Amino acid sequence: MTEQHAHEEHGMSNAGYVRIALILAAITALEVSTYYVDFGPLFMPALMVMMVVKFTMVVSYFMHLKFDKRVFSVMFYAGLFLAIFVYAAALSTFKFFIA
Amino acid sequence: MAELVQEHGAQHGSTGISNIKLGMWLFLGSECLLFGGLISTYMLYRGRVGEGPTPMQVFDIPFTSVSSFVLLMSSLTMVLAVSAAAKADDRSTVLWLTVTALLGATFVGGQVYEFTAFYNEGLGFSTSLFASSFYVLTGFHGVHVTVGIIMLFALVAMVRRNRIPGSKSETVEMIGLYWHFVDIVWIVIFTLIYLIPV
Repeated sequence: MTEQHAHEEHGMSNAGYVRIALILAAITALEVSTYYVDFGPLFMPALMVMMVVKFTMVVSYFMHLKFDKRVFSVMFYAGLFLAIFVYAAALSTFKFFIA
Repeated sequence: MAELVQEHGAQHGSTGISNIKLGMWLFLGSECLLFGGLISTYMLYRGRVGEGPTPMQVFDIPFTSVSSFVLLMSSLTMVLAVSAAAKADDRSTVLWLTVTALLGATFVGGQVYEFTAFYNEGLGFSTSLFASSFYVLTGFHGVHVTVGIIMLFALVAMVRRNRIPGSKSETVEMIGLYWHFVDIVWIVIFTLIYLIPV
């Protein structure tokens, strides 16, 4: 298997990467707009959704997890979800989530 | 060794999985725990400003938004470098790696400017719990970006002199994974620390 063939298996062309970057830039602009425009009760959920979408897009497409072997996703997301669980539990003990 | 397959210099185990890549993903998974701890500490202390300025008094959202955009675009140039390396196009690889390093340096320069501005506004490292947790979190991230820049410039020199042992494309991809990780950490920091008011 040549190196070029190996890359093609990742399933993204350079134009595809540029498209992903443009989407990420647009979402970032939307995120920044929440600082100036009052989104009301949608403010927090909208910011969280945009953050997760950007995070997932970079990990899936730029880091190739979407096209790579599943074991790499397991390695990474295991660490990520362990961190979220551990620190959510730690913050709960400080009553962080209670308004 | 029968179980090991040497393919373009990259070591793969009997499962066909690259050992270096597996190690890098394990490392990145563990880094999630490091930054998770720093972000959680900041979230806990961001309201503890004492006598010092509050986050909303010092944060310059337009400036940080531009910095975030610069780092985001460096992820694009990095993936273009990985793509070029996979096609064995050394010229484009060197070009995109250099652009990535320069964009990273711009981001770090912006962070140094931001820290200086905050200090001049009365936000020292030990001014308040908010200040300490903010500087530790963003400082750690800045150090990661700086290490990435050093690796990128070293990689540029090695590609130009053709001195990369093993698979060139895999080496570029590994540095790329590290760089993208630094970017995704900033995606989280930008939203949770800068955009959500205290």
